[in-house]
Amino acid sequence: MTYPVTPSQTVPARERLPDDFPAQRVALVDLLDRVLAQGVVITGDITLSIADVDLVTVSLRAILASVSALAGQAAGQAPVRAEVTS
Amino acid sequence: MTERGFWVYAVAGQYAGEDLSGLDGVGDGRVRVIGAAGLAVLASDVDLAEFGAEALRRNLEDLDWLERVAWAHHHVIDAAARLLPLLPMRLATVYASEGTAAAAFTERAAELRDALAQVRGRAEWGVKAYARPAREVSARDKPAPAGAESGAAESGTGGTGTGGTGPGGAGAGSGAGTAYLKRRRDQLSAQRDTQRDAVASARAVHSALAGHAAWSRLHPPQSAQLSGDRAPMLLNASYLLDAGDGTAFTSVLEAAASTHPDLRLELTGPWPPYSFAGGDAQ
Repeated sequence: MTYPVTPSQTVPARERLPDDFPAQRVALVDLLDRVLAQGVVITGDITLSIADVDLVTVSLRAILASVSALAGQAAGQAPVRAEVTS
Repeated sequence: MTERGFWVYAVAGQYAGEDLSGLDGVGDGRVRVIGAAGLAVLASDVDLAEFGAEALRRNLEDLDWLERVAWAHHHVIDAAARLLPLLPMRLATVYASEGTAAAAFTERAAELRDALAQVRGRAEWGVKAYARPAREVSARDKPAPAGAESGAAESGTGGTGTGGTGPGGAGAGSGAGTAYLKRRRDQLSAQRDTQRDAVASARAVHSALAGHAAWSRLHPPQSAQLSGDRAPMLLNASYLLDAGDGTAFTSVLEAAASTHPDLRLELTGPWPPYSFAGGDAQ
């Protein structure tokens, strides 16, 4: 489940960060945050309306469900996003 | 004969012949560049048996497939973003042909150009904040009151029902059970207070970081199962920074970390500007 190319490995010198905050190896979950939910969406003459957020949400939900089934009930409390959003 | 589709990775404002050869895309397709109203569209051919509508619907539910394809998509975008300013496309943007893709991008050219102007010379950085467990915060923040140590030891071993046999229980006589319950109640109440303070801290950190970024965007917090982290995630945000502003930004982040010891902060990046490609970020 690893991948050889990550942004942090190839971070340009001018962007090098203090030791306190080593930019982390890119985790799949951080990547999915971006490639599934962000990025330009162009609808129109597309083979699948994958731009369709519902589909992505459905598949993510399925994945979450399967992962959580594997992980059992080990997780902590649910995060509280609404309170962070100002 | 296999039916081909046209998978798009990113769109750039102009293409001056930057070397994208040798970039393998999803399904091992070779990346190429097509023009559309002066925009450069980075794409590769894919087999619709794997990347067509029906197949995608099925494959997106398969975590191994999704992982492989997401990395392949990212690999192309990340490599290309080092050579030219671009807007990443959402995963699985597949057209029936080069022609239909060119038409779609031509139609949106003006809007895409505006969005490209916003990300030029900038990179995305991610910051996540997790609440530290209450016992870690109190250990860092203030001298531990008498009795806190045995409580910490208990939660450290994760034991329930070990209170009577652990080191803390050595001197306990009758009433040990009542004392345990009271201690547990106090712990839970302290946890609630800590959690509330941590939420306020996360809000403060975000607003400090956003003040030093060209743009920011909040993502939903990641599930504890997927992130592999049991601490509650209180902030999952992206910040768009001018190239060279990374050092100033991390200074702000460092300051935030020492002001808010109740949070654990994580930084990722630099990323291609995934979270700012839509043009509607605040």
